[in-house]
Amino acid sequence: MTCDEARIMLHALLDGELDAGHAREVEAHIAGCPGCAAEFAAQREMQRALADTNLRYTAPASLRNKIEASLPKAQPQPTRRSVLRGFAMGSAVSALAATGIVAVVLRQDDQQRILSEVVSAHLRSLQAGHLIDVVSTDQHTVKPWFNGKLDVAPPVIDLTAQGFTLVGGRLDYIDARAIGAVVYKRRQHVINLFVAQTSSTEHRPPKTQTMQGFNCRRWGERGLNFWAVSDIGGDELAEFVDKFEAAMKANVEG
Amino acid sequence: MPANDDLQKAQRFREAALPYLDDVYTLARYLLRDASDAEDAVQECYLRALKHFDSYRGPAMKPWLFAILRNVCNAEYARRASRPSAIEDTPGAADQTPIWQENEASPETEVLRSRDAGAIRKLIDALAEPFRETFVLREINNLSYREIAEAVGAPVGTVMSRLARARAMLRAAWTAEEEHSR
Repeated sequence: MTCDEARIMLHALLDGELDAGHAREVEAHIAGCPGCAAEFAAQREMQRALADTNLRYTAPASLRNKIEASLPKAQPQPTRRSVLRGFAMGSAVSALAATGIVAVVLRQDDQQRILSEVVSAHLRSLQAGHLIDVVSTDQHTVKPWFNGKLDVAPPVIDLTAQGFTLVGGRLDYIDARAIGAVVYKRRQHVINLFVAQTSSTEHRPPKTQTMQGFNCRRWGERGLNFWAVSDIGGDELAEFVDKFEAAMKANVEG
Repeated sequence: MPANDDLQKAQRFREAALPYLDDVYTLARYLLRDASDAEDAVQECYLRALKHFDSYRGPAMKPWLFAILRNVCNAEYARRASRPSAIEDTPGAADQTPIWQENEASPETEVLRSRDAGAIRKLIDALAEPFRETFVLREINNLSYREIAEAVGAPVGTVMSRLARARAMLRAAWTAEEEHSR
């Protein structure tokens, strides 16, 4: 791999868009090239700084209302012209091959599928009687309950003082694996925090995605992957994750 | 009077498209760099999306809405007398006022000082198109490379090189500005 290629591919590595084989190739190049290693470190640092900042905008309520108001009226006959014409991936893939970066295997479909499973698990949990296997507001009751049920000890942290009430824990299944779910409430809203083991000990900064109207904030820390899912607003969910991470850090250090 | 079909369609559209309003608005703000133009563009985008909703076949709603928004924004660029001037690869023109001034953090302990969102938004706004668009779609709208390629109608390889370029430019502007404020 040349440095020119690595300078492009290292971003795909940062974004988790490479499969294991290509990730190793880029990592191998970085390990043997101080220039690319410095660029990788610098870009990773910037990505973290950006992830810590809310750069999104919120649509004004007036705009939402205007769009809502325009909806239920009878619409003119829609044209059949497909606006998707021209976006076919076939051309994209062949053009990618032409750039010389031939075999980038995009992992995103997997991640999208897991996100969808996480949201489904959240929806299932909201059905009567499915939310909690162990009911307790005491972290010292919830945490031992997971023992022997999972290959990982999910951190159970009481955030009641910070406005997020611990209500219990549950076993769930994501990606055909047993996974721990720690359940919190914010007012009447349920927050499911899913915790799964991962081979990567790398810190992954939190990212929020929206699916079916639910917000899902995902991050990785100390060999664990976390997904926090709820119908509360993106800002509140980010607040929850921040408080959780801060408390977890304090636990480890304290 | 609206036919029953239209009402059902409107309801399906509401459920499918409205959850992405903040995403679409965010992209419009970064593309047009003007709050009121962004509002107009988003409204037009949703009108067009509803009109074409019958022909929507997926897979993902967000890149589809973004593709429509881009078309609306392109019309807006054309309307503006001149295309928005973009700061090119070499940032930090002599007359540029520093956005941030603080002397506490020493460069030894921290290479990039943390910024408030406003300062970073300005740096992003200063990126040239199409690098700004690709950067925002990835870093702020959280699209995968494949989805970005779909939304902008460019090959994934192009998306990758634009993203690399955008991040290199942003990083350069960020550090240059720190030198400036030191």
